[in-house]
Amino acid sequence: MSAPTSALAEQQPGVQEAEVRRRRRRVTPGNVVVAVLRYIALVISAVLFLLPFYLIVRNAISLDTDITAPGWTLFPKKIHWENVPELFTDPSVNILQGLLNSAIIAVLQTVGILLLCSMAGYGLARIPYRWATPIFYAILVTLMIPPSFIIVSQLRWVDTYQGIIVPVIFSGFTTFLFRQYFLNFPRSLEEAARVDGLGYFGAYWRVVVPNSGAFFAAIAVITFIASWNAFLWPLLIGQDSSMWTVQVALSTFLTAQTINLHELFLAAAVSILPLVLVFVFLQRYLVQGVAETGIKG
Amino acid sequence: MSAPTLMAPAADTTPPARQARGRIGGVTAAFWLFVGPFLVGLVIFVYLPIVWSVVLSFSRAQNTVTPGDWVGLQNYIDLLQPGPFLDSLITFTIFAALIVPLTFVLSLGLALLLNGIRVMRAFFRSVYFLPTACSYVVASLVWKLSIFNGVRFGLANTFLSWFGVDNIAWLATTSPPWYWLVIVTVRLWLQIGFYMILFLAGLQRISPELYEAAAVDGARHAWQTFRYITFPQLRATSVAVLLLLLINAYQAFDEFFNLLGNSSFARPPLVYLYYTAQFNQDFGHGTAGAVILALLIMVVTLAQGRILGFGKAE
Repeated sequence: MSAPTSALAEQQPGVQEAEVRRRRRRVTPGNVVVAVLRYIALVISAVLFLLPFYLIVRNAISLDTDITAPGWTLFPKKIHWENVPELFTDPSVNILQGLLNSAIIAVLQTVGILLLCSMAGYGLARIPYRWATPIFYAILVTLMIPPSFIIVSQLRWVDTYQGIIVPVIFSGFTTFLFRQYFLNFPRSLEEAARVDGLGYFGAYWRVVVPNSGAFFAAIAVITFIASWNAFLWPLLIGQDSSMWTVQVALSTFLTAQTINLHELFLAAAVSILPLVLVFVFLQRYLVQGVAETGIKG
Repeated sequence: MSAPTLMAPAADTTPPARQARGRIGGVTAAFWLFVGPFLVGLVIFVYLPIVWSVVLSFSRAQNTVTPGDWVGLQNYIDLLQPGPFLDSLITFTIFAALIVPLTFVLSLGLALLLNGIRVMRAFFRSVYFLPTACSYVVASLVWKLSIFNGVRFGLANTFLSWFGVDNIAWLATTSPPWYWLVIVTVRLWLQIGFYMILFLAGLQRISPELYEAAAVDGARHAWQTFRYITFPQLRATSVAVLLLLLINAYQAFDEFFNLLGNSSFARPPLVYLYYTAQFNQDFGHGTAGAVILALLIMVVTLAQGRILGFGKAE
């Protein structure tokens, strides 16, 4: 986002500025020491940040006796791939059901949020309705209010997918983010669509949405991650073990300590694998989305 | 609608309101088509429960969510007596006092470090950001069973044993309260990368010309540049980060629940409410506590609105 401005400054600096710039970039022994110290600090931090991931993998492919051995070893003596079929065939640990529940919930929640919150955000940003501003404030005050168990239990939605999925979709925060985004959307594009005889609805679907791919992708990734990692809400609503998300299942195994250590760590590794993939392939959208929405939000 | 072709050249500058008028249903119908579905859900799943909770909070509601057995303000009076609810607010205060400044300083520090390098910047950024993919449950699992395991094979105890320190029961001892180290470090690991991205975005919005001007004016040391240029320029980012940190700390549940459970010594508000409403089925006190928390959080949100100018068109 800042690339164009800095490139511009690069192209046309005044004579004095150019002189300063040259002086600042000069390689001095002091600069070299600072750079080396920077990289040392960055590498140490990187090791600390990666350590927990390493521990998950290390314990996932070890035997319990290795994990609990008194002498701590960096690498397991032998990689126990047989842990993988053991986890997926253990009838007491239905991790596949948890993964399936998490996937269903995260996908439907993401689709629902993209659909409803983007439309609401567009309406609030672009349609000059008399009550738009009061309605916007009424949405803003719900920003920090979590969904409620009471209404779900009255609808008899406890232990159902819709009970976990639906109440979370009406996210004031995401609607707010969409509204801010659409306020900055170039009006000229929509007006061209209007000229072609499209109403608000047509302009939105044919012009605005197709030209907002990056923003929708960013919101989708953020929503999917939040939904996959959510814990308190699925814990409240999905009480029966058939409705456990993978997070609730892991938490239950952690507190009850009913399964082997290596199975628990392997299950944890499996549970973060989809998100690590999302990170590897969609990080551009994610970083941009966090950078833009985090502050504007 | 009969003359759109004739009007077309002028239409570019006409406000959309004027154009939409005359269409079937007009502005009102269009607005409700876009915002209506969301608002219906918001009323059912957010506003209705708020009203219900407030009403229920004036009732004795053991094992039921039906209001009726009115007790006036008794639930609120009970909660505001010295007891577990006030203790949970104290726990939150201690937690916030630790996690907010630590995350702020460390994520800003990492952003500054990253902003000063060119080679491998994207790599390091990805590494620090990666824990955002991890859930609190998984992180708690690693912290509890591996890093801060209270027995000998725990990583922290292994490390300390090299210096001849005895095993520490990190999560089971209250004197000294080592559990804070576990609770705070797990959240630091999970959230530093996220806030680092916010600071990086803020740093990249600062015009390079400001630094050049500062160099001309004689700012020599990195500290002077930071003190007089970088930090003031990051003001909006800093305020947003502080408020996000505070609100997130306020809603802490996952790591306390998974690391400490229903411990008597460190239950933040949401953990206390969970055990009151869900575990003991005492919905009267549960909703009263939720109402108090919602009021507190709204005050924070409104303060945030004042400071950040929420809702203003940019």
